[in-house]
Amino acid sequence: MIHYFEGQLGHAFAIIAFVSSLLAAYAFFKGRNQDAKWTAFGAKIFYVHSFAILGIIGTLFYLITNHYFEYHYVFSHSSKILPVYYQISCFWEGQEGSFLLWMFWNAVLGIILINTNKFWKAPVMLIMSLTQVFLASMILGVVIFEVKLGSSPFMLLREVIDAPIFKTNPNFIPEDGNGLNPLLQNYWMVIHPPTLFLGFATTVIPFAYCIGGLIIGKNKEWIRPALPWAQFSAMILGVGILMGAYWAYETLNFGGYWNWDPVENAIYIPWLVLVAAIHVMIAYKKSGSALKLSMILVVASFILVLYATFLTRSGILGNSSVHSFTDLGLSGQLLIYLLVFITLSVFFITKRWREIPATKEETSTYSREFWIFMGASVLCLMAFQVLIYTSMPVYNQIANFFGFDLNLAPPTDIYDAYSLPQMILAIFLAILSGTGQFFWWKKMDRKKLKAELTTPFIISLVISGLVIVIAKITNPYYLILLVTCVYSITANAKIFIGVAKSNIKLSGGSITHIGVALMLVGILFSSGYSTILSTNYTSMVWSTEFPEEVNRDNLLLFINEPRQMKEYSMIYRGIRKETREDGYVDQNELTLTPDPLKVIKNGTDTLTLISPENSFFEVEYHTKEGKEFTLFPRVQINQAMDMIVYSPDIKRKLSADMYTHVRTFPDPDQEPDWSEPKEIKVEIGDQFFINDYVATLERMEPIAEIDGTPLNQEDVAVKAVIEVQGEYKNYLAEPIFVIRNREFVGRIDDQVDDLAFRISIQNILPQENAVLLAYQTTQKDWIIMEAVKKPWINLLWIGTFLLVIGFVVAIRRRYLEFVKMRDKGVEA
Amino acid sequence: MKKKYIAAIIIIAIAITMIISMAGDASTYVSFDEARELSEKGFKKSIHVVGELPKTASGEVVGIEESPDKLSFKFEMLDENGMKQQVLYAEPIPTDFTRSEQVVIVGAYQGDKFVAEKILLKCPSKYQEEPEFTS
Repeated sequence: MIHYFEGQLGHAFAIIAFVSSLLAAYAFFKGRNQDAKWTAFGAKIFYVHSFAILGIIGTLFYLITNHYFEYHYVFSHSSKILPVYYQISCFWEGQEGSFLLWMFWNAVLGIILINTNKFWKAPVMLIMSLTQVFLASMILGVVIFEVKLGSSPFMLLREVIDAPIFKTNPNFIPEDGNGLNPLLQNYWMVIHPPTLFLGFATTVIPFAYCIGGLIIGKNKEWIRPALPWAQFSAMILGVGILMGAYWAYETLNFGGYWNWDPVENAIYIPWLVLVAAIHVMIAYKKSGSALKLSMILVVASFILVLYATFLTRSGILGNSSVHSFTDLGLSGQLLIYLLVFITLSVFFITKRWREIPATKEETSTYSREFWIFMGASVLCLMAFQVLIYTSMPVYNQIANFFGFDLNLAPPTDIYDAYSLPQMILAIFLAILSGTGQFFWWKKMDRKKLKAELTTPFIISLVISGLVIVIAKITNPYYLILLVTCVYSITANAKIFIGVAKSNIKLSGGSITHIGVALMLVGILFSSGYSTILSTNYTSMVWSTEFPEEVNRDNLLLFINEPRQMKEYSMIYRGIRKETREDGYVDQNELTLTPDPLKVIKNGTDTLTLISPENSFFEVEYHTKEGKEFTLFPRVQINQAMDMIVYSPDIKRKLSADMYTHVRTFPDPDQEPDWSEPKEIKVEIGDQFFINDYVATLERMEPIAEIDGTPLNQEDVAVKAVIEVQGEYKNYLAEPIFVIRNREFVGRIDDQVDDLAFRISIQNILPQENAVLLAYQTTQKDWIIMEAVKKPWINLLWIGTFLLVIGFVVAIRRRYLEFVKMRDKGVEA
Repeated sequence: MKKKYIAAIIIIAIAITMIISMAGDASTYVSFDEARELSEKGFKKSIHVVGELPKTASGEVVGIEESPDKLSFKFEMLDENGMKQQVLYAEPIPTDFTRSEQVVIVGAYQGDKFVAEKILLKCPSKYQEEPEFTS
């Protein structure tokens, strides 16, 4: 039975959310000049709006947890066996759900803003409500004047998919859903998208203060309340980006945390601009310069978030990204969203441009403004560089629109296109973040500067000299980056000590800068010096056709056959399943049951699988001293989506990560090629060879049942118990010989997967007291894996923590400033 | 005021340099014929070729040769003009290789052989639902 009511309810909530955001925007517009009545009314409407959003989310979640597969969204993104915590992830697998998540955060932030602002309530909430109008329209799913507005998550399957079955049976409901994309079945995917979308949502707040301020003619007063929010937004967005990087590192198989994928770039760009904006805003607060630049950068960071949304959701990226969303036909709507906000911003900035006095005095090289301005410029150049490369598909589209074919493809050399230019700019960033701090805290001239800088300069030269010698760094760029980063760390450490002595609450900047420099060092080592351990170890030349410079980075491992790889001896032990009770269990010891989550081990214990889709390859690393560690790289096979996804496993050491992932393994759906059967006559107790393994026919046993089914009275069955000595353990093979109704012979062979053979009883020869066995062999189980060592990656994560701590300190300081002034009633 | 303009000029100069190198770094989508022409002209950079794998009438992919150590393979690909070309790839065969609907190879001709350095597969079912229902 199709549950119509729930979907209609959800759809109704969506319409209420849309209409109420429109109404709230209107009320706040009316109340923008401190009209208390309209503002209070707007706030009420905004609460209604927030309630409607909760209603949409609640309804959708209800549909997912109850497995209402008649709904397209539920069918495409979930399945019956999906654990509850991944049912939450279903929300952000689809576009509609991720818009919902964004709206949810906007609503939460809106309520916070309503309750923390007095003067700014109406103008800020006007912009907040306006963004909600556009977001709500994306999931509206109504047709107005023959234009489809938004894509509703409450569409029935039959309304979306044109399958023949719906013609014969319109009430057809599929048994199970497609399930969640295996890539998203990861705990990081439960927390990373909400964090990232909170980051997305918060970028609108500084924008809202800025444009709200310009609308009501408070051209400079918006900076104070906007600053802590800009910092909060940069922190959350930064953490969100890094969580995404960590997810990619743990889950994807491209071997790293950052790939310059358009989706990654799309968020990196606004983050850089936002950080630049924060610096310029701080400079404004201190000295009253660079107000126009603050406005432009704050507006640009939000517009770039909208641009990122457009890139990732319009389908324009097409082939160039691994994780863009499917096109829902919303590109027009997204483009309008982007253009409306660009127009709005340009209009109000130009309107107020003349009212803002230009800074008269010449900026001295020894002023803090000069250094801040330089830093912001470098950040913006970094953003610009990534932006123009990432926008290539957009150029193609624009060219198409004007009728010619541009045919640009993404750059093939990622290092040249992104890493190198970003690294060069990062060198400047490190120098500026080290030096600029001195100008910030003290009035400088040539002499003082020399006195301040000498110590950090010498210390950093000594430290980096040592590191360069030990780590054997020869690449000139790496060299300079390392020296400048160490300089930034020591210089900021000196500042931190100085500031912390007087007032630790002001130390946010120096902590953040140390964090960034540490991150850069971590990236330098883990990416620049990541070494492929498995490279060129099977130097068998197959084909002279390959040019010599082609690297062979992978290692072929046959089961239980050790193979040397650098200082390690590698052994592949076979495929494992992860169970709740016993951890990793050999797949060959398990038999399946009708319940996909339950398996039986060795015919006795019932175990619960954590995820039936997952299989793990047990790979041991041995050194001369013995086994050092074992890794379990994973493969996920999702039948419904026909996807095979490999994920690495990582051994984390203090100084390096050992990263191992499987590239390919024998297709489990394909029947292996068996050799011609070989017959062998053996007596009980005889030793013989199967596939080069010593085997013994222990005994012959009559049996009364086969696979739990008792034999008929007329039937006779016997099994041979054969013990085979493998490399590391012994295996039992038990082929069965049956005579049914005294005349039909049946042979049930037994297969030993690890040793790659199967054996059957061909005949029993009572006169000779022997049996005739036949065995077939196949290729042994194998994997092809890649092992990479990533040194000092931990510096990247430690740097990230410092970055967050620094931001928290800075946010606290700026927020308290705002609260103090608000309570004094001098908000503007 | 003067310094401001100098700074602005430097920033704009850097930005223009970036745009120029972007135009230089961009790759292109070409056919095998065009790729061969480019390499004969001495153009060494990698390009993208979009195509599919040749199939028999029954839908089986043909023309794949794997090395005995499984670490590299050769395959045939038809570009969008239907031209067939053998491609060398020094990586193991991706597990879902034969299931792919569309193949994008990034690489270049080296002599008369096309050597791929990267293969992007577009599998029909990824991210889009075309369920087969049985009643």
